[in-house]
Amino acid sequence: MPVRGYELTHLQMIEAEAIHIFREVAAEFERPALLFSGGKDSIVMLRVAEKAFWPAKLPFPLLHIDTGHNFDEVLAFRDHRAKELGARLIVASVQAAIDAGTLTEDTRPGASRNQLQTPVLLDAIADNRFDAVFGGARRDEEKARAKERVYSFRDEFGQWDPKNQRPELWSLYNGRHRPGEHIRVFPLSNWTELDIWRYIAQERLEIPSIYYAHSRDVVERDGMLLAVTPLTLPRPGETAVPRRIRYRTVGDITCTGAVESTARTPEEVIVEVAATRITERGATRADDRVSEAAMEDRKREGYF
Amino acid sequence: MAELLRVATAGSVDDGKSTLIGRLLYDTKSLFTDQLAAVERTSRERGDGYVDLALLTDGLRAEREQGITIDVAYRYFATPRRSFILADTPGHVQYTRNMVTGASTADLALLLVDARKGVVEQTRRHAFLASLLQVPHLVLCVNKMDLVDFDREIFEKIKEEFRHFAAKLEIVDVTAIPVSALSGDNVVSRSPSTPWYDGSSLLHHLEELHIASDRNLIDVRFPVQWVVRPRSEELPDYRGYAGQVAGGVLKPGDDVIVLPSGLTTRVAGIDSFDGPVDEAFPPMSVTVRLEDDLDVSRGDLIARPNNQPTVGQDINLMVSWMVDAPLRRRARIGVKHTTRSVRAMVTDISYRVDIDTLHRDETIDTLGLNDIGRIALRTTSPLCYDPYRRNRTTGSVLLIDEVTGTTLGAGMILGPSHPRTLSSSDPRPAACRVRPAGADRAEPRPALTPATGA
Repeated sequence: MPVRGYELTHLQMIEAEAIHIFREVAAEFERPALLFSGGKDSIVMLRVAEKAFWPAKLPFPLLHIDTGHNFDEVLAFRDHRAKELGARLIVASVQAAIDAGTLTEDTRPGASRNQLQTPVLLDAIADNRFDAVFGGARRDEEKARAKERVYSFRDEFGQWDPKNQRPELWSLYNGRHRPGEHIRVFPLSNWTELDIWRYIAQERLEIPSIYYAHSRDVVERDGMLLAVTPLTLPRPGETAVPRRIRYRTVGDITCTGAVESTARTPEEVIVEVAATRITERGATRADDRVSEAAMEDRKREGYF
Repeated sequence: MAELLRVATAGSVDDGKSTLIGRLLYDTKSLFTDQLAAVERTSRERGDGYVDLALLTDGLRAEREQGITIDVAYRYFATPRRSFILADTPGHVQYTRNMVTGASTADLALLLVDARKGVVEQTRRHAFLASLLQVPHLVLCVNKMDLVDFDREIFEKIKEEFRHFAAKLEIVDVTAIPVSALSGDNVVSRSPSTPWYDGSSLLHHLEELHIASDRNLIDVRFPVQWVVRPRSEELPDYRGYAGQVAGGVLKPGDDVIVLPSGLTTRVAGIDSFDGPVDEAFPPMSVTVRLEDDLDVSRGDLIARPNNQPTVGQDINLMVSWMVDAPLRRRARIGVKHTTRSVRAMVTDISYRVDIDTLHRDETIDTLGLNDIGRIALRTTSPLCYDPYRRNRTTGSVLLIDEVTGTTLGAGMILGPSHPRTLSSSDPRPAACRVRPAGADRAEPRPALTPATGA
């Protein structure tokens, strides 16, 4: 580890902070789990977790809420990475809940399964009796998240109460909770999109190929580029055209847009991200555009 | 040059703080066009005659509807020199609690005054809280200089007035900068309107400020967080103590003492995922291996035999009380200190500080919401601590409600207290009678390893 004058780089400092958070949770909670989707933020989070407990294995399982609307590349990557780490992977499926009749899908055109993730996530937490769940959310992503604590207390319904959060001081985290309640933990709270990419470059982290520029048939809808898939066919009046694109975020395939790009390496993505004038979610997530407080409303109900 | 600077700012709506933050974000290209468009849209919908940049950080529905800031908001911006984390706190509701929270991790406190009004009550409060939380650097932005014709005398008068007040506080480094957030004078670059000002622009000051020596690199303090035991085929006997260095520089081969047990040994090696570490210093997260097989667990603290923290159960501290229900003498509360959680009883409430006048009110016997005061605690088992002014990590505690789990307040340790004799009817935590191993300034215990290290 290169050190000059007892100083750390920005990335080393936020990494040290995140490692500290992982260890606190592992030490103070009975049954933590780490939300791992195969997306870039969760990949970075998983690497930091790996560092926190090295040379031992992760002292908790991975949890994925599978919407059934995923990019194949991302699912393949998810399984590959879990196997590589020797980690236990628990998959809770939105499709299974729909098939079992416990969830009803909104089948109108343009509906995503984003909202349906919440009950599946809460059931998975209850079924596995998880008391702490790590998420890769960052405060720079969205304005409701900017106000969320590193330890985000959730009541027995999984709800977040933004007006009644515990003050969080120094690096002292209060994880007290009663049975049935749990804490969502966000070790990457202080990371930005650029930090994520710099870390991917620094650590030479493998990430799903769709984060880099590739050719894909897309349609333009509501100012976003949407990939043409069996789930997202062109609507009347729309024409599919091939474009060089990459994804800035990876979520439900039906509401995640791509951006035009030529970046094929982390370094090239960093250059693009540094120059962009639109936020990650503003550019690519239809789910956050529903209203000014779309994210806050979902989080109150127990969303990630 | 440290690459990360944490800034805490506080202020009310009309002193131009939001405008200043908006300008810093905008001029460092950290403000995005979709964010700006959303702010413009909401301002328009609310019928504001201007673009309210406070909306950038006021993300919650209630905040946007009522035009108020509820909570600490964190903003991120970067220049080629440095990355910044800005904790922005509201100037009104829950003011003290939020300011204390934001200041707890800050390297620098950013205070704004209106050049037309000068130092006001709120300025003094900010400065006091920054001092209480030992924020090492303070910047006083004298804003709205354009409204006083960039008058040097006005700036100098405010600067003097503030210095006079700050002299009563423990603030090491104060810098005053004349700015106009609205027109951008001295925010990102030096302004031609203030030829008499020979200091840096605000952003330049934030970029160049030397903060590396703010950390304590003298007193080795390593609170054990987690014991790493792979128990794998390759590493059947590996045992490492994971934690984040809270002070000093720790090296392989160093003689160390484990507290509170008082056992001594040596550092066999310092590990990280990225390879062996030659020197571990704050705020690195590492894993320490010891030469001897000692019983070390979470909550213990590793220090040097010739430089130990205080180990004790009777502690004086300044507290910031953060809930409606008042703190009373003899209350039993939970205490989290570094990686150790204990229970404690409030043995004394000495005074409350009036944060406007700095007057100490010794007639009180409770502390209420947003009060700052001095109390004494007796803990069920010993804490290994330093005065907060010596070390912000080993000198800070959280006060927690044992029943609901709520965080009640924050405490900054002053030092050991000499408990008043409690009458026999006073309830005492059971463990109080046990004299802790390695009590205050204990002599080092015999080493388990020969001093020669042969």
